[in-house]
Amino acid sequence: MSNKLSVLTKGIVKENPVLVLLLGTCPTLAVTTQASNAIGMGVAATAVLLCSNIVISALRKIIPDKVRIPCYIVLIASFVTIVQMIVSAFAPDLNDSLGIFLPLIVVNCIILGRAEAFASKNGVIDSALDAIGMGVGFTLTLFAMASIREIIGNGTWYGFSIPVLADNHVSILTMAPGGFLIFGVLIAIINHASKGKGVTRDEFGCDGCPSASSCGRSTCAKEGVIE
Amino acid sequence: MDFKALIAIIMTSALVNNYVLQQFLGICPFLGVSKKLDQATGMSIAVIFVMLLATAVTWPIQEFILNRFELQYLQTIVFILVIAALVQLVEIILKKNMPSLHASLGIYLPLITTNCAVLGLCINNIDLGYGFLPAMVNAFGSGLGFLIAMVLFSGVRGRIEQNDAPEAFKGIPITLVAASIVSVSFFGFSGIVENLFG
Repeated sequence: MSNKLSVLTKGIVKENPVLVLLLGTCPTLAVTTQASNAIGMGVAATAVLLCSNIVISALRKIIPDKVRIPCYIVLIASFVTIVQMIVSAFAPDLNDSLGIFLPLIVVNCIILGRAEAFASKNGVIDSALDAIGMGVGFTLTLFAMASIREIIGNGTWYGFSIPVLADNHVSILTMAPGGFLIFGVLIAIINHASKGKGVTRDEFGCDGCPSASSCGRSTCAKEGVIE
Repeated sequence: MDFKALIAIIMTSALVNNYVLQQFLGICPFLGVSKKLDQATGMSIAVIFVMLLATAVTWPIQEFILNRFELQYLQTIVFILVIAALVQLVEIILKKNMPSLHASLGIYLPLITTNCAVLGLCINNIDLGYGFLPAMVNAFGSGLGFLIAMVLFSGVRGRIEQNDAPEAFKGIPITLVAASIVSVSFFGFSGIVENLFG
């Protein structure tokens, strides 16, 4: 039982997909201008991740090894399309503010990365727990980062205006440079708190990149980023 | 669509709405392959090539198949599969027929198959309602913007490597902070299109 619990909780802190595994950087930087967008993106990605992990895990013995990546992509793209339809039907505002990053969940490294690293090797229940843990970790990180950017950068939080900051906001934090800056500082804080044990990778690498397994001979392998 | 408008599209996509530094598309290769100048250039040229190729294929598919038969909801699935298959095909052809070109560019091709900048560009071209020629010009401009960002940033990283960062900031954090400053510099281009062509 404790085993199952650790599968569930490892995504939240120990193997946080964004801050420790450094996956899904693009949506992390792009949608964290507002706390509400971050929650929307997190929930949408978690839904896709949960469905894809369950189905890929259930089909792991049927999918031939050689064509597994295209199979995963088709499955993930189908779930993304479903989520896109649901969001545009029931939350059109969220659809507008996430814009292109909603269909781009297809190429979100977290989803293909977990399919390849976990769901293709583990049972359905474990894969579902892994997906929930990773999804919650992703959502919480996005929410934390978006809160910092929205409170300091815009003086609001979830639509509420914050007394002093609303008149003295540092609007660059809600723009592109602020995304890079806050993300860098958050990783540095994690580094410091874990005394360098947290972030094991010192480079953005390929082990979460969708094409990783198809390019063993590429620059990543040369530089020793992937084993 | 006159010549002036096409130049405006290139300027907008390469400088004002730079894919990497302003829109956060293609961050992984931007941070992963920008360590050395020659790798950064090789990767960027491969990105320009794939962007042009992907646009040349996905635009007609959207126009003549998806729109015509009202299958727009299949856009995401079709685009990602077509791009992935196409890039693999080109890589195989290059490997067989042009080994020297494959040696310099081919290694980057699989990396960008499912890059979000490429898929993002194809979807953007459709969302913006561009015709075929403007879409191709936009693809070239976006790729060019990627090249500019990569080359600039590889220079910046060369300097960072030689400096002594605080312990917690070593590695990725300091790289991100540097990217933030490079991104600020691109604010200088805002308004350039309105002033030149407006």
